[in-house]
Amino acid sequence: MGWNRLAIGIPLLLLAVVALAVFAFDPLAKFGDGLPPEEALVVERVTADTGGIVAHIRGDGRDPVQIAQVQVDGAYWAFAQEPTGPLHRLAAAQITVPYPWVAGETHHMRFVTSTGATFEYTIDVARTSPAASPNILFSLALLGLFVGVVPVALGMMTLPLLRRMGSEGIVFAMALTIGLLAFLLVDTLSEGLELATEAASAFQGDVAVWMAAALTFLGLTAISRRSNLPTGGVALATWLALGIGFHNFGEGLSIGVALSVGNAALGSLLIVGFTVHNLSEGVAIVAPVSRRKVTFAMLVGWAALAGLPAVAGAWIGAFTFVPHWGAVFFGIAAGAILQVMIEVGRTIWSIRGSENESAPAGTAFAGFGAGVLVMYATAFLVQV
Amino acid sequence: MISRLLRTVSNRRAFLGAGALLPLAPLVAGLGNSAAAGEHARVQTASTHAGNHTGDHAGGMTTVGTVDHARNGFDPYDMLTDWETGTLSRDDQGRPLRTFDITAVDVEIEIAPGIFFPAWTYNGRVPGPALRATEGEQLRINFINNGSHPHSLHFHGIHGASMDGVAGAGLVGPGEHFVYEFSAHPFGCHLYHCHAVPLKRHVHKGLYGAFIVDPDPALHPEHEDVARSRQLGALENQDWQELIMVMNGFDTNFDDENEIYAVNTVAHEYMKRPIKIDKDRPVRIYLINITEFDPINSFHIHGNFFDYYDHGTTLTPTSKTIDTVMQCQAQRGIIEMSFHDHEPGRYMFHAHQSEFAELGWMSFFEVA
Repeated sequence: MGWNRLAIGIPLLLLAVVALAVFAFDPLAKFGDGLPPEEALVVERVTADTGGIVAHIRGDGRDPVQIAQVQVDGAYWAFAQEPTGPLHRLAAAQITVPYPWVAGETHHMRFVTSTGATFEYTIDVARTSPAASPNILFSLALLGLFVGVVPVALGMMTLPLLRRMGSEGIVFAMALTIGLLAFLLVDTLSEGLELATEAASAFQGDVAVWMAAALTFLGLTAISRRSNLPTGGVALATWLALGIGFHNFGEGLSIGVALSVGNAALGSLLIVGFTVHNLSEGVAIVAPVSRRKVTFAMLVGWAALAGLPAVAGAWIGAFTFVPHWGAVFFGIAAGAILQVMIEVGRTIWSIRGSENESAPAGTAFAGFGAGVLVMYATAFLVQV
Repeated sequence: MISRLLRTVSNRRAFLGAGALLPLAPLVAGLGNSAAAGEHARVQTASTHAGNHTGDHAGGMTTVGTVDHARNGFDPYDMLTDWETGTLSRDDQGRPLRTFDITAVDVEIEIAPGIFFPAWTYNGRVPGPALRATEGEQLRINFINNGSHPHSLHFHGIHGASMDGVAGAGLVGPGEHFVYEFSAHPFGCHLYHCHAVPLKRHVHKGLYGAFIVDPDPALHPEHEDVARSRQLGALENQDWQELIMVMNGFDTNFDDENEIYAVNTVAHEYMKRPIKIDKDRPVRIYLINITEFDPINSFHIHGNFFDYYDHGTTLTPTSKTIDTVMQCQAQRGIIEMSFHDHEPGRYMFHAHQSEFAELGWMSFFEVA
């Protein structure tokens, strides 16, 4: 046996010995007398349809959780659990309750475990969850288009205007793009961290968000450096479309989830709000190509890359969303957005350098501020 | 920010309403309308489902599964008629002396299918044994505390201060014992419970039981027949279908609210196993409320009315022809009614606090 193997084997062996010793001597015995089992449960998703209410739950405690009874609105109700049996940590199950829920009203669910512990979930506004029918998929796709593709495409139509601007105007537009991305970054991160609190705690969702963001950022940076991505131009526009696409996928997800049951505060006015809110994303994408020749196909491609993910997001959100994957996704999106901000920054730097002008710091700052403010102001349209 | 959509309710209606003004309305309204359209079908499906699960009468509103009464060591159905009469002898002055043995013991009991409660009990059951004596008898209760906390027996009855079951007067530490002695007065429907502090905890953990004192007919010549009908074992008593019902509740997650309400401990038990009633014989219910945390409890019968004797300390009804009676904690009384002229079938009875009914205090008489 070589030294290398010993160097791995001995610590592993000792670790096993230590683990055995902890169990053998049980230093916690003096602290844990008579403690009830540590039960925890998260309700990840609740849907409602003609058969009643369906709750997707997941065990989140050190000890298994046995659902003994289910209350809806303070009444014990018939229910079926699938699969049956106790829920071990991170094991998922589905509870179906044939409860005559009332459309548009609030319902409270309460899961009573074998020890009498209770876990609660509130359906804020009960409504029929969309079934995966062609009709519903089409409606969701339409929503995704209105929120994702339409505003990006409309924003891109400012390209002729951008073409008439001087280099200072372009710096302004690019800085505006960074401001917009900064807003999206904060929004996406807080989104992810909020979802992390709803996921089973064993997933350590907040850590997952930060890790996903950091790894994505580093990965994209490595790709960008290795492939010697040219600053500005078509490549940057594509990069931007990708980053914005990530964000729009997130918006689609949220809309899908909101429509799936109970928590939806979604109205047409709100959809229009999102359209307006996302308009500047289109401006951001075409800003780097204001001095380049672009084909119509490129524009269509960018609009699709940035906007279509909203459709996919809406579909996934409406039917299969779980918070921990959502949190990880928002982390990835945040990392991607940060990376795109860096790329846009490099481009501004290169514009300045190539034209040998003094640093238009004031212009850049004004652009950045305008970007953040536009996003903030239009965000009022999507507040509920 | 969009996740706020997922949580904010307050202005939801405003948004849905505003949507109707906009050309996009059909889109979102389409999703909403399918909810409305589903309404009728849904309600029907729900009740059909429930019917399959739980029998005809529950309508889906029920606990699911069955309680292992053998494991508990007591069965709420048998408890209805399970009188503890102790042993009768004579004391040194030749007076009738009735002796009861009660032991406090910690037991985990199943109070609804699959829900286990760390109870404190008298004789391993909740409610404790239904003690029954006759007016004027000397009573001797040998109490042993095998529980983990100090406990006592505090009787609602007439007795001296030293027999009151409070601190300094019969409060018994773990592993210790005490003998309570007093005479059975007044006749009526009473109760006993632990009076150790904290009171709420000791009561809702399960330390309570019925204490029934039958009137001595010889002492009530003006209503001798009535008194005789109340006396367990008397000829006039044989015809009566006497039931003991202790209305109780359990706070399983210790938030000072009950998760389970019941009569005689097990939620929905008499809904799943209706109490069989012979329509040709009168019904007498000894009803006691020991529910903790809620100010009152109540008893309501469907399709019938009853006479009520508050505290059971009178031989004429204190309320005649009522179908609902309310009791505060420790209040109790005797219900007398007849199904003689009724069509056979299931007659519901329950707390007329819908909250309690839906959390377990819901029952049936099966009248035949």
